[in-house]
Amino acid sequence: MAERKVCLSGSGLTKIYGFGRTRTVAVDHVDFNFYEGEVISIVGESGSGKTTLAKMLLGLTSTTEGEIYFQGQRRDISTQRKKLEYWKNIQAIFQDPFSSYNIFNKIDAVLLDCINMRGGHGFPRAKKVEMMTEACSFVNLKFEELTNKYPFELSGGQMQRLMIARIFLLMPKILIADEPTSMIDACSRATILDMLMGLRDEIGMTIIFITHDIGLAYYVSDSVYIMEKGKFVEYGTADEVILNPKEPYTKRLINDVPKIYEEWDLSTV
Amino acid sequence: MKHTLQQVFRSGKFIFGFSILVAILLIVIIYPLVIPDPPLAIIAQGTFFEPGIYVNVYDSIIAPKYTLNLEGAAAKRIASRLNSDDRLAMKEWLVAVGIPEDEIDIEDTALLLELWETHFDPKTQIAGMTNARRNYYIRLNASLEGLLATEAAIIAVKNPTTGALEEKSVVAQSDFVNANKVANVRLLPLGTDNFGRDVLTELIAAARVSLQIGFVAGIIATSIGLTLGLLAGYIGGIVDDIIMFFTNLFTVIPGLVLLILISFSIGQERRGATTIAIVIGLTSWYWTTRAVRAQVISLRNRDHVNLSKLSGHSIVHIILNDILPYIASYVVMAMILQISSAILAEAGLSILGLGPRTTEVPTLGLMMNWAMIYYAHTLGKWWAYIPVLVTIALITFSMNLMNTGLDQVFNPALRD
Repeated sequence: MAERKVCLSGSGLTKIYGFGRTRTVAVDHVDFNFYEGEVISIVGESGSGKTTLAKMLLGLTSTTEGEIYFQGQRRDISTQRKKLEYWKNIQAIFQDPFSSYNIFNKIDAVLLDCINMRGGHGFPRAKKVEMMTEACSFVNLKFEELTNKYPFELSGGQMQRLMIARIFLLMPKILIADEPTSMIDACSRATILDMLMGLRDEIGMTIIFITHDIGLAYYVSDSVYIMEKGKFVEYGTADEVILNPKEPYTKRLINDVPKIYEEWDLSTV
Repeated sequence: MKHTLQQVFRSGKFIFGFSILVAILLIVIIYPLVIPDPPLAIIAQGTFFEPGIYVNVYDSIIAPKYTLNLEGAAAKRIASRLNSDDRLAMKEWLVAVGIPEDEIDIEDTALLLELWETHFDPKTQIAGMTNARRNYYIRLNASLEGLLATEAAIIAVKNPTTGALEEKSVVAQSDFVNANKVANVRLLPLGTDNFGRDVLTELIAAARVSLQIGFVAGIIATSIGLTLGLLAGYIGGIVDDIIMFFTNLFTVIPGLVLLILISFSIGQERRGATTIAIVIGLTSWYWTTRAVRAQVISLRNRDHVNLSKLSGHSIVHIILNDILPYIASYVVMAMILQISSAILAEAGLSILGLGPRTTEVPTLGLMMNWAMIYYAHTLGKWWAYIPVLVTIALITFSMNLMNTGLDQVFNPALRD
């Protein structure tokens, strides 16, 4: 932990939706420094602004106020070309695999897009197939079985694994995983997480892991940011925050995690 | 795509509507090939000939004669000239001049005619009888002449030099001609209109032109609406504001009023069917824009669009590949509605006399207009306007039915 390099940071980042009576502050002046190679969890309940923050980091939503710095430089995504450069470095996995794919495109098209984005336009077909096969085998999918299939013909877990294969091909520096396991059944969940962690070791990327499940955050992350009503109320290493929470909100989140060996007290929920 | 088509063609409503439309289209395309008469040719001297088979009298005299001794032929002949209303009217007269009611048997034609001949006198004044009624009796009396005659009729030709009549042929009451052997027989299934045109030929040409107007207007309206809706919905911001400003302007101005004003200002001379189609198309795009925009707004923040952005696709690529396929079914439905409402709009304009100029092509609306200004409805000439109404109703009905069918396929909440 001697030299922790900041790869993504923000200062005074704010997002306000609407105006007048419908004005909603989704993200309220947050500051953060995300370090290279770490797994950072952003934990909060629904509506706390996690997804909005993720979209701002991805550049899919404009920021109302504040700046984002990428590798020490002020992020500039004013043109389509600059956006493209930025998106080579930062990618995402979305919450709902069923709505993440264009249902009119075949699976090949999804993966080919990634190869093209990494400058693989001119590759011969055989090389592209080889790359796609490799990516699929990394996530335990057989590419030969997937060609000419549509994404909706796969199961949710397979779709989410295909998403990881996509990231495998793109090799971004930062991956924003927006609740990647919340729509998946519990058995596939561990597989997906393991694959994500494996991918991190493989290509050495930073993962920003967005979740409402503080148990999961503890399991995977180095740093934890607790988000409440658009603000980071508490942050630090996973051990600091979760084993020794200071904020009542954090304590509540921790208490909400069901424990198998204890009787649930539903009255406090 | 193939799957969707299969589903669509499994919907009963869609198939029913589609078959009606296809049948209309086939008739419209095939009929002019079989009967290539110009639809606006004036063939009848006089207005509103009844539907029926018109047999040339001159040709049937020349045609070979066959003798058929049919029972009841005489009775039919009499009945065609003296119907039961006339018989009742005759009885009424006879009672009024003092014949005892039980002596009159209106079924016995010979007896009735004998009584009539002895007692009818047009000069007799009957209390309470109107002039019109008296004139009716005079007409009736004239038509009864020779009713019971059984002699043959003679066809004579005037000798051009002497001027004397020369017997040419004799037509007995039991003489028949085979209609196939008569040189000129014309079927007018829907009679003729006020100008003396064959209504059926005209109607089919009109349906064709109206469908063309509908398709052109529908395509124009849908493409404008789709383009503006996609731009407004996807790009948003100032572009959205500007587009929606104009869309809202069109929405608050009643479409028909706008249509009437534009049609009127173009002037009768320059108003062809195409012009009318374009005018209709240019005034009816706004609701497609609104609907498409709403759909696009709900789509543009979907994950698959975000993913496409992250994969480095351009706006055009995203609109064409990630937005358009998702609203394609809706756009098809909107287009069908646009076509059917364009056909109705043309009919509405033409009834008011603001449709295409009347000398070139008939349209369904123009036929309604002609029927209206020549009082077909008050004269009871149903064949001049009822078939037109039915055609308009069938076309729009079939399209709306197709739409309902599509809606059921694409909107799971409406499935049976």
